Amino acid sequence: MRQHPSYWAFIVHRVSGVALAAFLPLHFWALGNALQLEDFLRWTQQPLVKLSEWLIVVALAAHLGGGLRVLALEFLPWRDWQKSLAAAAAAFALAVGLAFALAL
Amino acid sequence: MSFRGEARLWIAQRASAAVLALCVSVHLVTIVYAVRSGLSAAEILERTRGSAAWFGFYSLFVLAVTVHAPIGLRSVLGEWAGWRGRSRDFALLLFAALLAWLGMRAVLGVFA
Repeated sequence: MRQHPSYWAFIVHRVSGVALAAFLPLHFWALGNALQLEDFLRWTQQPLVKLSEWLIVVALAAHLGGGLRVLALEFLPWRDWQKSLAAAAAAFALAVGLAFALAL
Repeated sequence: MSFRGEARLWIAQRASAAVLALCVSVHLVTIVYAVRSGLSAAEILERTRGSAAWFGFYSLFVLAVTVHAPIGLRSVLGEWAGWRGRSRDFALLLFAALLAWLGMRAVLGVFA
C-alpha cells in the first residue's frame, strides 16, 4: 500500500493539514497586533523563520492540491486518474513553492 | 456521534473545502504578489484598511477555516491518536472558538 502514490498523497494532505491548523492561531495572533506588525515582520527576516514561512506556504499549496484531488475523487467519476491527480497536486505545490521562493 | 451527525460533519467539511479552494487560491496569489518587493506592514495595511471587499473576503475565509480545520483534526485525532468521544469534540469546539476569535481579531486588526 505504501508504494502507491495515493498513500503518499493522503499522508502529505494530512500532515500539511495538521501543520496549517497549528500555524493558524499564531498567524492570526500576529495579524491581530497590526500596530506592531512592522516589528514582527523584521523578526521574520531571520533565515530559520524564512525557511518555516516557505514550508508553510508549500504546505498550504499542497493541502489545496490534495484537497482538490479528494473532491475530484469523491464527486467526479474519474477514478482511473488517481495517479495523475496525485502528480498534479504535487506539481502544483512545487510550482507555488518555486514562485514564492523566487519572489522572496 | 450519530450517523446523521457524522454525515453533517462530512458535508460541512466538503462545503467548507469548496469555499477554501477559492479563498486559498486568492490567498496564494496575494502572498506571492505581496512578497515580490519585500513584505511591509504599511503595504499590507494600505491594501486592507477600510476595504469592504477584503474585509468580506477574509471574514468568509476565517468562517470557512473555523469549520474546516476542527473537522479535519477530528479525523486525525481519532485515527492517529485514538482520541474519540465527547472530550475530543469538546476540545475541537474550543479550538473552533479560538480560530473564530483570533481570526476575526486579525481581520478587524488589518481593516480598522
